[in-house]
Amino acid sequence: MSEAGPDAVMGKLLPLDPGRAGAVPPAEPALPIDEPSGWDAKLAGGLAFLRRRITGDYAVDDFGFDADLTQNVLLPPLRPLYEKWFRVETRGLDNVPDTGAALLVANHSGTVPMDALMTSLALLDHHPAHRHLRLLGADLVFTLPVIAPLARKSGTTLACQADAERLLNSGELVGVFPEGFKGIGKPYSERYKLQRFGRGGFVSAALRAGQPIIPCSIVGAEEIYPMLANAKALARLLGLPYLPVTPTFPLLGPLGAVPLPSKWIIEFGEPIETASLGGAAGADDPMLVFNLTDQVRETIQSTLYTLLMQRRSVFF
Amino acid sequence: MLVTGVSRYLGSRLAGVLAAEPSIDRVIGVDTVPPRREQAAQLGRTEFVRADIRNPLIAKVIAQAEVDTVVHLNVIATPLSAGGRTAMKEINVIGTMQLLAACQKAPSMRKLVVKSTTAVYGSSPRDPALFTEDVEPRAVPRSGYAKDAVEVEGYVRGFGRRRPDVTLSLLRFTNFIGPVIETPLTRYLSLPLVPTVLGFDPRIQLCHEDDGIEVLRRAVHEEHPGIFNVGGSGVLLLSQALRRLGRPSLPIISPAVTVVARALRNARLVDFSPEQMRFLEHGRVVDVRRLEQAFGWAPRPTAQAFDAFVETSRALPVEATVSATEQVLLDLLASRHPVDITGAGATGKDAAHV
Repeated sequence: MSEAGPDAVMGKLLPLDPGRAGAVPPAEPALPIDEPSGWDAKLAGGLAFLRRRITGDYAVDDFGFDADLTQNVLLPPLRPLYEKWFRVETRGLDNVPDTGAALLVANHSGTVPMDALMTSLALLDHHPAHRHLRLLGADLVFTLPVIAPLARKSGTTLACQADAERLLNSGELVGVFPEGFKGIGKPYSERYKLQRFGRGGFVSAALRAGQPIIPCSIVGAEEIYPMLANAKALARLLGLPYLPVTPTFPLLGPLGAVPLPSKWIIEFGEPIETASLGGAAGADDPMLVFNLTDQVRETIQSTLYTLLMQRRSVFF
Repeated sequence: MLVTGVSRYLGSRLAGVLAAEPSIDRVIGVDTVPPRREQAAQLGRTEFVRADIRNPLIAKVIAQAEVDTVVHLNVIATPLSAGGRTAMKEINVIGTMQLLAACQKAPSMRKLVVKSTTAVYGSSPRDPALFTEDVEPRAVPRSGYAKDAVEVEGYVRGFGRRRPDVTLSLLRFTNFIGPVIETPLTRYLSLPLVPTVLGFDPRIQLCHEDDGIEVLRRAVHEEHPGIFNVGGSGVLLLSQALRRLGRPSLPIISPAVTVVARALRNARLVDFSPEQMRFLEHGRVVDVRRLEQAFGWAPRPTAQAFDAFVETSRALPVEATVSATEQVLLDLLASRHPVDITGAGATGKDAAHV
């Protein structure tokens, strides 16, 4: 087989795919949800995907984001979780622009950053423009083997001014969880109480880039792994920011990794424009940054309370 | 015109290119060792001076020839070729000091072009995705080549302060790649089984050897004072690069990496220093926009530069085999349901892309 030159093989391949080849560049393959159904088509698509992976014929951007892998391998296993387990309901998706940059600021919870994954999936599957959410992750993410390259490939980059601004300036939809570990690793008793919003770094990034901030409130993530206690000593020993004790973990061992099937609501709020706030000069005004940070935080907090009032129960 | 490091690949090629230009009066090539035959053939009318830039002889050369432009390429990354780490450090750091001292004394000096490396940014998980020229690195390199380069840059900056009349271009190159050039990275990628760090997949950025020569040539002819990152835009992941090469990788757990690196060095296969092993975990990507804007020219993108290397050193005809296999399977599918297959199928454009 290898005797046939690549050209000969390609010549044979070309006539077979009038549909996808012309319309879809390799960097942005059609979304799986748009693909024609039918087993043969799926198989052929799968084969093409396999070939791309084996020969390294795919593109990653400067941040290491591998759209091909994210769409075809990383996100699909999360869909059943999204649709059937958490039954995620989205609101205000039209507040997220179809094109151009925006900074999505959300509350963080749930011990494991499931909220980040579900929000990404919500925007990719249910937003009319099928947007990729480019997340900003903590330092720790990029020191961990396996996790670090996966995070990069799924479009996450380090939460720092430089990266946030670069993504915003290149028109990406950027997602950030300013509470960080304080939010995700907080005890169950403090659920839906927003923690401190970092130092407002995300606000100055948005100001500098002159891009809107979209407050995003996520209800349901708090209950997936209710953290009853924090094994601090052990966590410190392992170099982790916290080590959760939940009703099922470590009591049930690996079964403790199964999240509780809470009902989720993700609400995207009205964008807060920053274009008129003076750009870099505005970012250098600490008072403006603090006020804006507070405004975003208050918006998310009040939306959370409203959503909680509307929710019938944790699981339905 | 004086070029240091002409007994090595880039130096000899650059000297040859400059010597071929009639606008340049004299090209003097300096190195500690005489050029090998293939290098000597490229030098053209370059006058070779075997001078150790570590001793003051270099000052005489510069003064006598009334050198107006110095291209300093003699910062060595491979201790093996230099005769050990101590000798390498001496050539890199003491050599640069001597050269700069001589340049400072020479009234004829107009321009200094220095080849540095993006390794000065270090490599750590806390770094921004792309380094710009003025970013403060989180992890300053503490050993080896990268540390030498940091020190060399320090002396070069000092020189720039003392001789503000001299145009100073400091070029920070990413890893070189190409059909001919031999670097630790090309040797590493040419191993039959390429060891990688388990659980990490660094982004790498490459500069084609021809573009390296071109940017140096432009820096000599045009006025581009300042610090510039030089490399192709875009990145490849190490795993992706290996797939394009058709080379199998051998993931090694992080603690064992130093041992493997030492074994490879002792076997004289790959001369990788510990800080380059960090690079295999976290990678390093720089922003090259400043270069593109100032020079009005851009090196070819990373993926394209890598293709040139792939052509000369592909291990297995993976692409042809895989495409052929796919074709067989597709034919099989089509023969079962001849109607359903239309509109789907392999993306031929993808195949044509590699």
